[in-house]
Amino acid sequence: MNSIILIAGTRYLSALLILFSIYALLRGHNEPGGGFIGGLIGSTGFILYAIACGTDQARRALRARPETVAMIGLAIALGAGLSAALFGDVFFTGQWLFLGATETEKGLPVSTVLAFDVGVYMAVFGSILGLVFAMEEEI
Amino acid sequence: MEALLAITIGILVAAAVYLMLSGHMMRFIFGLVLISNAANLTIFTAGRLTPGAPPLIPLGFDGPAGDVANALPQALVLTAIVIGFGLFAFAVTLVWRAWVALGTIEADDMRIAEPKEDSQ
Amino acid sequence: MAAAAPTSRGHGLLGYGPTALALALFIWFLGFLPVVSAGQAASWAVPWIPVLGIDLAFRIDGLSLTFALLISGIGTLVLLYANSYLTGDPQFDRFVLFLTSFMLAMLGLVLADDLIVLFVFWELTTITSYLLIGYGHDSEKSRRNALQALFLTGAGALAFLAGAILLGEAAGTYRISEVLAQGKAIQDHPHFTAILILVFLGALTKSAQVPFHFWLPNAMAAPTPVSAFLHSATMVKAGVYLLARLHPAMSGGDLWLYTLTILGVVTAVFASLLALRQTDLKQALAYTTLMALGTLVMLLGQDSGYAMTAFATFLIVHSLYKAALFLVVGNLDAATGTRETDALGGLGRVLPMTALAAALAGMSMAGLPPFLGFIGKELTYAGMLQVASFPVILSIMALLANGLILAVASVVAIRPFWSARQPKTPVKNAIPWTMAAGPVVLAVLGTIFGIMPGLLQNTLVAPTVLSLTGDIAETKQLKLWAGVNLPLFLSLATFVLGGLFYAWHATLRARLAMLDRLPNLDEAWDRFMASIKTFAIALTSRIQTGRMTDYMAVTFSTIAIGLIATVLLRGLPPLSPSFADVTPIHLALIGLLLSGTFMATITRKRIAAIAALGVVGIGVALVFIFFSAPDVAITQLLVEVLVVVLVAIVMLQLPRLRDYPNRFRPGHAVIAAGVGGSVTLVLLAILSTPLDRRLTTFFETASWPEAFGRNIVNVILVDFRALDTFGEVAVVVVAAIASIALLRQNRKGRS
Repeated sequence: MNSIILIAGTRYLSALLILFSIYALLRGHNEPGGGFIGGLIGSTGFILYAIACGTDQARRALRARPETVAMIGLAIALGAGLSAALFGDVFFTGQWLFLGATETEKGLPVSTVLAFDVGVYMAVFGSILGLVFAMEEEI
Repeated sequence: MEALLAITIGILVAAAVYLMLSGHMMRFIFGLVLISNAANLTIFTAGRLTPGAPPLIPLGFDGPAGDVANALPQALVLTAIVIGFGLFAFAVTLVWRAWVALGTIEADDMRIAEPKEDSQ
Repeated sequence: MAAAAPTSRGHGLLGYGPTALALALFIWFLGFLPVVSAGQAASWAVPWIPVLGIDLAFRIDGLSLTFALLISGIGTLVLLYANSYLTGDPQFDRFVLFLTSFMLAMLGLVLADDLIVLFVFWELTTITSYLLIGYGHDSEKSRRNALQALFLTGAGALAFLAGAILLGEAAGTYRISEVLAQGKAIQDHPHFTAILILVFLGALTKSAQVPFHFWLPNAMAAPTPVSAFLHSATMVKAGVYLLARLHPAMSGGDLWLYTLTILGVVTAVFASLLALRQTDLKQALAYTTLMALGTLVMLLGQDSGYAMTAFATFLIVHSLYKAALFLVVGNLDAATGTRETDALGGLGRVLPMTALAAALAGMSMAGLPPFLGFIGKELTYAGMLQVASFPVILSIMALLANGLILAVASVVAIRPFWSARQPKTPVKNAIPWTMAAGPVVLAVLGTIFGIMPGLLQNTLVAPTVLSLTGDIAETKQLKLWAGVNLPLFLSLATFVLGGLFYAWHATLRARLAMLDRLPNLDEAWDRFMASIKTFAIALTSRIQTGRMTDYMAVTFSTIAIGLIATVLLRGLPPLSPSFADVTPIHLALIGLLLSGTFMATITRKRIAAIAALGVVGIGVALVFIFFSAPDVAITQLLVEVLVVVLVAIVMLQLPRLRDYPNRFRPGHAVIAAGVGGSVTLVLLAILSTPLDRRLTTFFETASWPEAFGRNIVNVILVDFRALDTFGEVAVVVVAAIASIALLRQNRKGRS
């Protein structure tokens, strides 16, 4: 896989995929998308990069180990669920905050539910990427 | 369409089971992929099929406009697909590992922990 | 047999500690005599399994106290005895633990006032006695006999458990005293016959009645103190105790009367014949124990006051003399190294205390006046004569058995010590006082109670009769001289008959050898055990083929059969498959799915199979798209991409599919068709029943107002069912990490 065209093209395609994956994650609550889909798209982007430029470079680009990303994702999801207890609710009850809300405008919603979905994104992304990297390297 | 899909699912399951019984680990994995798909379709179909009405709530409404597709089986199937992929990945790795370690891809030859046929 | 010369020092604290415990218990139980002889009972209860109405309930009445005193009293003497008998035995700690546990279990059994608690203690005695019989575990025979006792009494115990549960449910309470308070009302319950038979199975196996008698003589593999304790005075009487305990509620019917009378008599006569046949003194005593148990069971079959008084008296008599005689035989064994009747003689002057105990206990066993045995025998005859049916036959049988027992008593208790015709046996070991004390105390007690039966009359016998009949007035007088009556003549006839048997016992023994040729359940037992083993081996090699495909075939067949059986049993709703809405696009989609499936199944090329699976995956994604599941469809497509990536990396490293021919396997095809067909059937059945949309409706109405999300599927995943989603994501992470570990392991192996 030493095609220069592929390598050059993949850089942009991967970046685009990762950007799109975050878009899919963020819009997931209201339109098709979400953490699972976002994580799958994001990992596909990185896998493409790894196939084109090799896993070493992909790992360097990622900076963190994918397994670590997965575990942090799990921790965020769990923390988001448990944080409900701080507000006196049952675990995994969504907590919402609307930034800049006025009488007419609802404002920008920030919620533990979003944090949970980010955790799912990271867990799926890290798991799949770690698996594929390991396969690329060992087989 | 539901009835037709039910019959198709039956055929999918039968093919999957037949492949899983082959004793050849690669065919077993083909069967595993097929049966995962069949299981997802089963849950999806059991929740009824509704064409052209995804379970989304339009802007400005408090609930979905009119009858929309059953969201619950969709949520179940969505996670099942991802988990099924995890299982598939593990199975593939295991088969590869077994091939490297034992030098065989046939289940009946992987008998390290099992007694030989004619011994008691 | 003792490993070294017995000494009174024994094992020090390890030996005397448990003895002291038993003595303390005995004294504690003595303290209940005033309460119990006043016709009262003491009881305790601690809730144990309140949900099931089971309490740790204990109760001391006449019957329980009699047993408790015998167990703790004889236990004290036996523990004292064993301490010396097993001098130098390196495993004495094990032994004394088992023996003490057994004693406590037995006490629990006779004091329990709850059917389930009774069962628990019952099984504890089974287990501890198994350990004691198998004490000499380096001997094959000992292990076999221990297992035999365990299986036989264990099987009986299971029957008793079933009976206890049925009884508890029928009576509405598991508390024994409450069951008994209902009187004979239980006999009208439709399950009464079943209860009775199950209780019989438990009691008669434990008390070794014909035809379950064969395990008891085998249990003599245990050290002699164990035989003296378990197989004369206590454990074998557990069955008798159970029958006596339930006597007030369950006796009186024909089944009770005839079963116990006939089995009891047959056991008594058969066992006394076999007792005379034996040359090993311990074996002879073992069979006389069977005879005594038969007599007790037969007496329990009856209802009369005489029979009940005889039961209470004979129970005490037998325990006293039998334990004493077993210990005497143990002393002979320890002193001379043999138990063979023809090798023993002239020991009267060498072992004076043992000889005294033997004489007193032997005469009590023989039923001579003025010993307690005489009173017991008189009462037994009186009880027999009161039996409603066949009193004559029963009395003749009892006469025969008693005559034989008298002869055996002479052989065991008199001949080794005093017979002039026997050769003098050389004595190797002296008998310390600890080993003489047991038999002497027991034998002297039998004598004192014989001379002064009043000591027992109101303290133990009358309260026991009260437990058995509910009426203390039923108790008959215990006296040596009951006047000139039929029992007296029967006693005299017994003496004559017994004297004759003794005079001719050598000839009789030779004749009785023919009994050995009778069909013998003991040998049948060995064949039975061997056949179980053969069967198990055959079955295992059948089921455990070691072939993965066979196991999977079984698994899938089970799924198919389970699904089809459920459909058949539940009944199928009217199926109404409708194909009206099928469009050409649908047909094309189904065609895509089926062709991919078909291709994946038959192909011999890896690439073709991967492509075929991709086709199926895309087909499934299209189904999701057509039927309004955009999120699912996107996920499915992305996963398909990843599957192809993985397969491309791994599959191509694996051997070619072509090298492994895919022959048609008809058996597997049938199983596959079964599973597939049953899935279709179940799915059609589901589709023919109305859909319960309540959950979905809730999600639809709550999604925006409560969870601020317009994509209902995503709201379900991250909010309503977030905990499930968390678990599922965790599974994905774990699967990935496990796979990574498997892959990395290879690197370690290579380097």
